[in-house]
Amino acid sequence: MTLHVALVVPEGEIWAGDAQRVIAKTLDGDIGVLTGHTPVLGILAEGSVVRILPDAGEAAGGQGAGGEVLVAIGGGFLSVADDQVSVLARQAQLGADVDRAGAQASLDSALEAAGPGEETADVRYFRALLRAAGDRA
Amino acid sequence: MGAQLRAVRQRIRAVQSTAKITRAQELIASSRIVKAQQRVQAAAPYAREITRAVEAVFSRSSQVHHPLTSEHENPARAAVLILTSDRGFCGGYNASVLREAQGLRALLEERGLEAVPFVSGRKGIGWHRFRGREMAGEWSGFSDTPVHANASEITSVLIDAFGKPAAEGGVDEIYIVYTELVSMLTQRPVIRRLLPLQIEETTEEPPSGPVPVYEFEPSPEAVLDALLPWYVESRIFHALLDSAAAEIAARRKAMKSATDNANDLLDALTREANKARQAEITQEISEIVGGANALAETIAGSK
Repeated sequence: MTLHVALVVPEGEIWAGDAQRVIAKTLDGDIGVLTGHTPVLGILAEGSVVRILPDAGEAAGGQGAGGEVLVAIGGGFLSVADDQVSVLARQAQLGADVDRAGAQASLDSALEAAGPGEETADVRYFRALLRAAGDRA
Repeated sequence: MGAQLRAVRQRIRAVQSTAKITRAQELIASSRIVKAQQRVQAAAPYAREITRAVEAVFSRSSQVHHPLTSEHENPARAAVLILTSDRGFCGGYNASVLREAQGLRALLEERGLEAVPFVSGRKGIGWHRFRGREMAGEWSGFSDTPVHANASEITSVLIDAFGKPAAEGGVDEIYIVYTELVSMLTQRPVIRRLLPLQIEETTEEPPSGPVPVYEFEPSPEAVLDALLPWYVESRIFHALLDSAAAEIAARRKAMKSATDNANDLLDALTREANKARQAEITQEISEIVGGANALAETIAGSK
């Protein structure tokens, strides 16, 4: 038994495949999905990172530590039903595809635009990009 | 060379260069149409998933009330979002979508509603400016390759307007007029109502099987709050993509018939040029023959 995961953004599908486990952060908190999970429809926290542990033998890009696929999400939702996991995001990027220098530069300019003490959606998304890329700073 | 022949040859050259340009445009459009259609197809999974999610929330509780699904009382103003192209050279594409928008405007006025145009695409903006019609919103520069950010921008403006009372520049209903790509040869302008969303209750089971009993996080209302604007956004994005594909298909068609017409014209002109050349030769021969005869007669007369 495996989970069938599809990661969809408006422009198309950015990742699809079988997985053992999906961890995401909804507005209520972290949620871990294994096979046989009850149907859930949850709104994902803006600027969070979804972690997918692909099935062994599933060749996929974007793998971080422990063979997990990390994906930065800028607003979206997660639906789970019958071992089908759909992650829909208005904006998302695989950790492996993140251009770290570019993301850092975007984050800096977004921080400047937001002003001190504020955290805009952009700031959160760019932070998530860096986290997905493996930079915990 | 005779004056007539020179004029015809000049026209031939002009038509030839026009044919070259339209042929190039046709080839460019042919190569882009495939990409545009792929973009429409790539966007389908997202649209399908978000529609299913919205259905799931409503199927759980049909009593859900949300500002975006409730009809405003005494509607006074309606927004009409018109999607046109940035560039010309696409036959009747813009004319037909604008005509459709005019029809909708008349219909709305019959119901006593004021139509407020929101226009995307330079051609539509120019059309409204020329007629001195005020637009509540205008966007341009992305008609043939729209990205999702364009849809987000348009959506936030429209939903903002929907939330305001009519007296403060708000609107009570939102329509979208765009062009659907039926096939490579047919594009059809269509009108869709975006807001308020209509909830249709059916007893039929959706084709994908019964809707699972979801748990909502954090709550059905909160999920709906987040989902509905995204749903509207995805509808607008889909319309933008479809319009882009239709625009390119229309351009290909228009350029193909322009090339064909130019080639027909070339054939006719070539024939005319040949005739003119032949007439010139005939005239020259008869002049020579006439001259020779006259000379022969003079010589014979002088003997």
